[in-house]
Amino acid sequence: MSSYAPAQHGSGRWSQIWSGRRRWPLVSVAGGLIAAGLVLLPLAFLVIEAQRSGWSEVQRLLFRHTVAVLLWNTVALTAACTVLCAILGVGAAWCVERTTLRGKRFWAVLLVLPLGIPDFVVGFGWVSLDHSLHGYFAAVLVMTLSLYPLVYLPVATSLRGLDGSLHEAARSLGVGPWGTFFRVTLRQIRPALLGGCLLVTLGLLAEYGAFEIVQYQTFTVRIFTEFKLGFDTVSACSLALVLVALSVAALIGELALNGRGRLWRSGPGARRAAPRVQLGRWSVAVIAALALLCALALGVPLGALLYWMIRGSSTTLPSSSILGALASTAEFSAAAAALATLLAVPVATLSIRHRNRLTVLIERLAYLPMALPGLVVALGLVSFSVRYALALYQSSLELIVAYAILFLPLAVVGVRAAMSQAPSNLEDVARSLGCSPAAAWRRITLPLIAPGLAAAFAFVFISSATELTATLLLRPTGVNTLATKFWEYTSNFAYGAAAPYAALMVAISAVPAYMLSRRVGVLSDRGGAP
Amino acid sequence: MILHVNDLHKSYGSREVLRGVDLDVQAGSLTAVLGLSGCGKTTLLRVIAGFERAERGSVSLAGRTLDDGHTYVPPEKRGIGYVPQEGALFPHLSVEANVAFGLPRRERAGSTVPDLLEMVGIGQLGRRLPHQLSGGEQQRVALARALARRPLALLLDEPFSSLDASMRSHVRDEVHALLREQGVTTVLVTHDQEEALSLADTVAVLRDGLIVQQGPPAELYQLPADRELAGFLGAVNVIDAEFRGSTARTRLGELALRDGGAASGSGLVMVRPEQIEVSAREHMPGQAAAYGMPGEVQECRYYGHDALLQIRPEGSDGAGILLARVLGEHALPAGTPVTVVARGPVSVLG
Repeated sequence: MSSYAPAQHGSGRWSQIWSGRRRWPLVSVAGGLIAAGLVLLPLAFLVIEAQRSGWSEVQRLLFRHTVAVLLWNTVALTAACTVLCAILGVGAAWCVERTTLRGKRFWAVLLVLPLGIPDFVVGFGWVSLDHSLHGYFAAVLVMTLSLYPLVYLPVATSLRGLDGSLHEAARSLGVGPWGTFFRVTLRQIRPALLGGCLLVTLGLLAEYGAFEIVQYQTFTVRIFTEFKLGFDTVSACSLALVLVALSVAALIGELALNGRGRLWRSGPGARRAAPRVQLGRWSVAVIAALALLCALALGVPLGALLYWMIRGSSTTLPSSSILGALASTAEFSAAAAALATLLAVPVATLSIRHRNRLTVLIERLAYLPMALPGLVVALGLVSFSVRYALALYQSSLELIVAYAILFLPLAVVGVRAAMSQAPSNLEDVARSLGCSPAAAWRRITLPLIAPGLAAAFAFVFISSATELTATLLLRPTGVNTLATKFWEYTSNFAYGAAAPYAALMVAISAVPAYMLSRRVGVLSDRGGAP
Repeated sequence: MILHVNDLHKSYGSREVLRGVDLDVQAGSLTAVLGLSGCGKTTLLRVIAGFERAERGSVSLAGRTLDDGHTYVPPEKRGIGYVPQEGALFPHLSVEANVAFGLPRRERAGSTVPDLLEMVGIGQLGRRLPHQLSGGEQQRVALARALARRPLALLLDEPFSSLDASMRSHVRDEVHALLREQGVTTVLVTHDQEEALSLADTVAVLRDGLIVQQGPPAELYQLPADRELAGFLGAVNVIDAEFRGSTARTRLGELALRDGGAASGSGLVMVRPEQIEVSAREHMPGQAAAYGMPGEVQECRYYGHDALLQIRPEGSDGAGILLARVLGEHALPAGTPVTVVARGPVSVLG
C-alpha cells in the first residue's frame, strides 16, 4: 500500500559540474586572509619605515635619554592607573553586587556610564575648569576616572555569578570574612579582574588626546609630535615599535597570569547565590564614596560640557560646520562599520565552523588590533601610502580602512557570538532540502546572524565616531569629524565652541555604555533576592 | 536494492572513521545502523547525504552513482531527506515555513504544507515557532520537512535520543507507523539496540568503521557474528560446550544447535537469559536434582514486567553465574534454591 511516489531529482550530469571537493570554505578563507593581511599591513610598514635608515639608526633613536624618560613616564602612569582602576573597579563592584546597598540598579548604570565619555573629553572637562591641572597627577586622575569601568564591568558580572557554596565552604572551614574575600572571592573573580586590567593597560598605552590636554609626555604624545611637527617618520615609527612591544608585553603578561586562573572554572549546574554583606552603619559611608566617584567621573566632565555650552552659546553660535562634521563623521563611521563587519563574518565563520591551525591564527590576528594603538595603525598606513600608494594618502578610504582595522576585534566579538547560534548543521539540512551552498547561507545563516551583524556594526560605528588620534593623522585635507573639530577648538582654548561637538560624541557613545550597564542589571535580576 | 554503499572509506586527519563500509538498503524498508558513539555511524550518514565526500568506495541511489571518487553529486541534487539529531529546525522560521522550505515556490502556499502537518499529527501548530514546540513535536516537523520533497531515501540520525524516556516510545511508534504507511526507504542511525531491533526490517551493526553484520533483527539477536555483538544486543550466557553433530553437550545438559547448525570439537555456545527456565525447589542439601541443574538465586533485579536473576550453581564459589530472565510475577528473592533448565536451540559463538 505504498502511496509514496518519490519525486524526480536533479540528473547526475548537472551536479557533476559542481566539482566541490570536501567543503573547503574558500570564500571564508579568502576573507579571513584579507582581514589578517589588513591587520598586519600597518605593522609591517611600521617596521619597514623604521629601519629605512638601517637598524643602527633605529638603535640610536631608541637608546636615547628621552626614550628612557618616555618609558618611565608611560610605565609609571600605566602602573598607577591600572592599580587604581583595579581598586576602584573591584571596590565599587563589590559594594554594588555583594552588599545590601540599596538602589543597586541605579548605581550599576551610573558607575558604567563614564565609559560613554571619550577620554579626551574627560581631560577637557577637568582642564577647562582648572587650568593649573597638568602633569602626572592630572593624567592619573583623568585616566583612572575614564577607565575604571573597564574593570568594574567584568568584575561585577563575575561577582554576580559567584558560587555561594564556595563561600559557605570557606566559612565552615574556619576562615573569617576577610580571609574568605582574599582567599576565595578574589580568586574567583581573578580572570575578570585581570581581563579588565589588561583593557585598562591597553587603553592607557593607546591614549593620546587626554595626555596632550593635561600636557603629560608619553610615547603617544611624543610620537605624534615627532611625526606631525618634526616630520620625522623614522623616529616616530621607531618609537611606535616600542609602544607595540609594550602592548604585546601587557597581553602576554595577562595570558601568563591568567593561565592558572582559567582552570578555576566551576562546572555548570544550579548555583547558590552568595550571601550579601550587611552594610549597617557603613551604608552611609559607602553611598558617599560611590557618589563621590560618580561625581568625579561623570559629574565633572558633563558639568563642564554643560557649563561651556551655556556660556558658549551666548558668544558663538554653533555654526553649520557642526552639521558638516556630523555628516562626515557618520559617513566615515558607517563605511568603517560596514567594512569591519564584512571582514568579521569570514573570521567568525572560520573560527567557529572550521577550527584548525590556520583559522586559529587568523582569529588571533583579528584580535591583535586590541593591542595596536590608533596612532600605530595610522602611522603604519601613512608609511605604506606615502611610499607605495600616494593616491591613498589622506584619502577617505585610508581613514575608513584604519577604523576598520582598529575596531575589527569589536566586530569579530559581535559576529562570533551570533555565529555560535547558527550551527552549520542547519545549513546541511537546507542543502538536503535542495538549496545551493549560497542559497543555504542566504536563507538560513544570514537571518540568524543578522542581530550580531547589527551589534557589530553599531559598536564599530560608535567607536569610529569618537576616534581622535588616527583621525588627526589620516583625515582628508579640509575634512573634519566631530573629534577633530572638537580638538581644533580645544587647542585654541575655544571651550565654548568645542563643547557642542563633545556633547554630540557623548550622546552617540552613551548608548552602548547604557546597554552594557543594563546587561549587568539584567544579570542581577536573575540572581535572586539578597 | 535502492541504496547501495560499497567499500566506503573516510578519515579525519589520521583517524580512519569508515574503513570499507558495505551497506544495502531495500526499497521501502527501514534499515537501522546500530553502533556505539564514535563508531562512525553519523559520518556514514553524512557521506550518504553528501555533506562529506567519500575517500574511496561508492554510494549509489536507485541506480545513479552519487559519489565514487570521480562523480560527486551535491546534497541538494541527491533527493535524500535528512533529519539530524534534535531535528535542527530553522529557529527563525515558523513551523509552516520550515516544512515549506524545500518546496518549489508555487507549492509553498497550497495545501501541501497543511497536508504534511496533518500527516505527522500536528496540523494545528503551523504558526508556532520552533522554540514553542516540545521535543517530540520538533521531531515531527523535521520529519514533515524532509518528506515534503518526496525524497528517494530518508536518513534519520538518532532521531529519538533527545526525547525523554516517557515520550520516546510514543513518538517512535508514531514515526514508525508513518514511515511504514508512506513506504519511504529509511536509514536510521542509533546507539540503542532495543530501538534498532524493534523498529527496523534490517539491522546493520557498525563497529570501528566496519559493518560487522547485517540482517533481520531476529537473525542478529539469535545468530550474532561474534561474542561482542551477542553481548551488545542483549544480556547473554556464554557456556563451554562439546559439539556432537547438531547438539552441544554443556553443563546445562544436551542442547540442540540452532537451524541445524553442526560443529565438532569444543567451543562456546550462547544462551539468552530468557531461554533459561527457573523453578524454586525445596532445599534438600546433598540430594541431586532429578531434573535440571541445582543452584541458588544470588541477586534479583526487578523491572516490573520482568526480572533478571543471577543464579549461582550449587557448589560454585561464584564462578559460572547464570543470568535468567523471568516474568515479573515469577521473580524470586535472593537465597532461594532453584533448579535451572535451558530451553530451545542455542547458537555457536565464533
